[in-house]
Amino acid sequence: MATQNIAGVNIDVNDEGYLNDPSQWTKEVAIEIAKEESIELTDKHFEVLEFLRDANEKGSTLTIRKVGKSGIVDIKGLYDLFPGGPLKKSSRIAGIPKPSSCV
Amino acid sequence: MNAKKEENPLKKVCIICAKGAIEDVYATLVMANGAVMEGIEAKVFFTFFGLDAITKKQMKKLHTSTVGNPAMRMPGGLPFPTLLGILPGVEAGVSAMMKSQMEALDIPPVDEFFDMITAGGGEIYACKMATDMFKLKKEDLIDHVIDILTIGEFYALAGGENTQIIFT
Repeated sequence: MATQNIAGVNIDVNDEGYLNDPSQWTKEVAIEIAKEESIELTDKHFEVLEFLRDANEKGSTLTIRKVGKSGIVDIKGLYDLFPGGPLKKSSRIAGIPKPSSCV
Repeated sequence: MNAKKEENPLKKVCIICAKGAIEDVYATLVMANGAVMEGIEAKVFFTFFGLDAITKKQMKKLHTSTVGNPAMRMPGGLPFPTLLGILPGVEAGVSAMMKSQMEALDIPPVDEFFDMITAGGGEIYACKMATDMFKLKKEDLIDHVIDILTIGEFYALAGGENTQIIFT
């Protein structure tokens, strides 16, 4: 548990850098975290992030398969947007907890 | 759990699947997909009965064995008698039930799983000796199969630091 200043705001993050409170998330925070992952966010990225935040709020367990069926992006596209960690990196940037699924 | 960066993380897994029961194939697919999702390179080699998983005609018909499996339970937890497992239709029923339970966990069918793994850059190979033995040709195998290799050729792909070979 730590507080990190992201985009000028004090944000509660865990020791892996995931937000403890999704409601502290803003687009500016997303852009800053994405920079740490060497990702420059586009509108497509934000569509995925909104989908993830929405699904997380509804309490569903997220998988790359669900994102692939969202109609926003297919799985290949998801890997292209968030290279080297499609679900982990996108979840962190979306300000939601680290994914707990194996798929 | 999170491996610290200085702990020298895994970079590549080479997974060998030699068995064709649902659980053996899924163990392979979950590990391969899990690897690419973590940014770890994955190369999968199918041999012997594991070839069923990448054979067009068989991949949708994988079964779990209902005989000689002491960990098998009835729904509710009672032991599953081996003698029941030999009855016609029981193996198919149990296999269908396993598949539906996996679907409920958002674990995809075998063909879709291969789409997911290869979308993440995972590579699929078949064993030369076993395909010769089972008289299978490249066109009998799913399109995701990059090549049919000898074990020596597969080992040649398994180099590099922080690479592990996993046998399921």
